[in-house]
Amino acid sequence: MYGGGYLFEKTSLDLLADEDQEKLAEFEARIDRGEKIEPHDWMPKLYRRQLIRMIEQHAHSEIIGALPEGTWITRAPGFKRKLGLMAKVQDEVGHAQLLYSAAETLGKSREEMIDDLLSGRSKYSNIFNYPAYTWADSCFISWLVDAGAIVNQVANSKGSYGPYCRALERICIEEAFHLKFGHHAVTWLATGTPKQKKMMQEALNRWWYPMLQFFGPPDKESAHSEVLMRWKVKILSNDETRQQWLDMYVPKIWELGLTIPDDKLKKNEETGKWEYTEPDWDEFVKVINGDGPCNKERLAVRKTAEKRGEWVRKAILATSPSKEYVTPLA
Amino acid sequence: MNIDAIKDLAYKMADDQLIIGHRHSEWIGLGPLLEEDIAFASKAQDKVGQSLAFYKLLEALGGQDPDTLAFGRTAAGFHNAIFAELPNGEFDFSIIRHFLFDTAEFIRFEMLAASAYQGFSNLGKKFKGEVQYHILHANEWLQQLGNSDDKTIARMQNTLDYALPYALGVFEPSKWEEALLAEGIFAGERELQARWEERVHAALKQTGLTLPSLTTVEPVYGGRYGQHSEHLQPLLDEMGEVINSEPGAEW
Ligand SMILES: [Fe+2]
Ligand SMILES: [Fe+2]
Ligand SMILES: [Fe+2]
Repeated sequence: MYGGGYLFEKTSLDLLADEDQEKLAEFEARIDRGEKIEPHDWMPKLYRRQLIRMIEQHAHSEIIGALPEGTWITRAPGFKRKLGLMAKVQDEVGHAQLLYSAAETLGKSREEMIDDLLSGRSKYSNIFNYPAYTWADSCFISWLVDAGAIVNQVANSKGSYGPYCRALERICIEEAFHLKFGHHAVTWLATGTPKQKKMMQEALNRWWYPMLQFFGPPDKESAHSEVLMRWKVKILSNDETRQQWLDMYVPKIWELGLTIPDDKLKKNEETGKWEYTEPDWDEFVKVINGDGPCNKERLAVRKTAEKRGEWVRKAILATSPSKEYVTPLA
Repeated sequence: MNIDAIKDLAYKMADDQLIIGHRHSEWIGLGPLLEEDIAFASKAQDKVGQSLAFYKLLEALGGQDPDTLAFGRTAAGFHNAIFAELPNGEFDFSIIRHFLFDTAEFIRFEMLAASAYQGFSNLGKKFKGEVQYHILHANEWLQQLGNSDDKTIARMQNTLDYALPYALGVFEPSKWEEALLAEGIFAGERELQARWEERVHAALKQTGLTLPSLTTVEPVYGGRYGQHSEHLQPLLDEMGEVINSEPGAEW
């Protein structure tokens, strides 16, 4: 996964006022007790909507995220990396499959979700709108973007919706392997020849600020509502996940002799928090709304893949019209 | 045993698996269904892993290390069948190739499992199970698309007819056929082709597709002797782009 900094709809309190208040209270009590909500359980409309939105964004992030790394599979240097990267990207597509089926349990089909992705109605992690110019970029993604994703996923696996939590638990096991693969690949570059080191440093320079943005806007600006936290849809705030990631990975990046392109970056020993130069949040908004370096390309690739595969999907339905080719897994 | 004959066959196997594995990997992220991205990714790993095992065998026979063998040769040094290097095209071609090619590979592994050369018999036994799983996948798609509506069947038939000359090129005889046979190393391309025809015929009979008389099909030869189509060198350039950008470096 990916999928930090989910974009939630503004919560409309009208929607809540509509709900059966008794059921709503029981629902909240269940969540307080740490129970999981299952597909056929009663849930508020707003909960369903926000969950679909979140799981769908996560699933889209997996398949779109497979693209920048995927283009490096055919160029991966040597057997070990080639096999490792193929396995990793395969996992990511598998994550998408799991997540789409988790979202389907809430009543939206995979086709509808993919249509919304292609039309731009639903989003995916903003970081994949940046290009992977070199092998080192793909190594950065494998290690550090995945690391950011893991911070999110581990938190979200403690959420309230059963199918999503179970999907995340499976995903987290695979992510541990991605982290190892990515760390290994970055280490070899960072401790390699001068040319390799330069390649890795340049990738780090390119990805640093998109990486900080990965976790979403600062808490003081992000409109995530208290109700999403109360319902355990969102577990950690954007700043909390960003801090966790900084705390775990900045020392590891420094350890490799790489330079993080921010003079102000340091841990405030008193507060225990990392201080850093804020990324350009206006750019973040611009990119999310479609105006980034790779938005068009990413969607164009997906659209072409969908179009090229259309005859295949139709042909299967002609063979077995009664059989849906999508089987929910969660 | 005739080491030159063994090496020649090992190169064929290694290069076939590497190149077809590379092609399979190109579907990752772009397949008609997520399930197919995953299936092709998994098969690509099997194929590349199999090629690695054969390169290791070649290394043990006095060759260079697997990375140098795989990423360091130009097209003229490759022994794969031309069929393997053709671009993926659309899903119909990929499936037809997958079916025709892997059926041949499966039989080849089976034959190798019975080899008098232990290096081959080990690998044959080790990998034929993996390839069996691949042909199950290929056959499932062949049955689905080959029994679909008329338009799809016509499309598949067209592709089958286009692919057959290349498929027969897989069985291009080497200059070591007699030596391999005499020493019990490998029962030969002719035997392989005969068994392949039987299996292909049987699988196609359960679909709306027809297998033309193969005696009228002119095989596309050359790959086994380093004479390739225009598609192989660009594939190799891409594959070696990073590793060859800094010779001697570790990645
Ligand atoms: Fe993932
Ligand atoms: Fe990832
Ligand atoms: Fe991952």
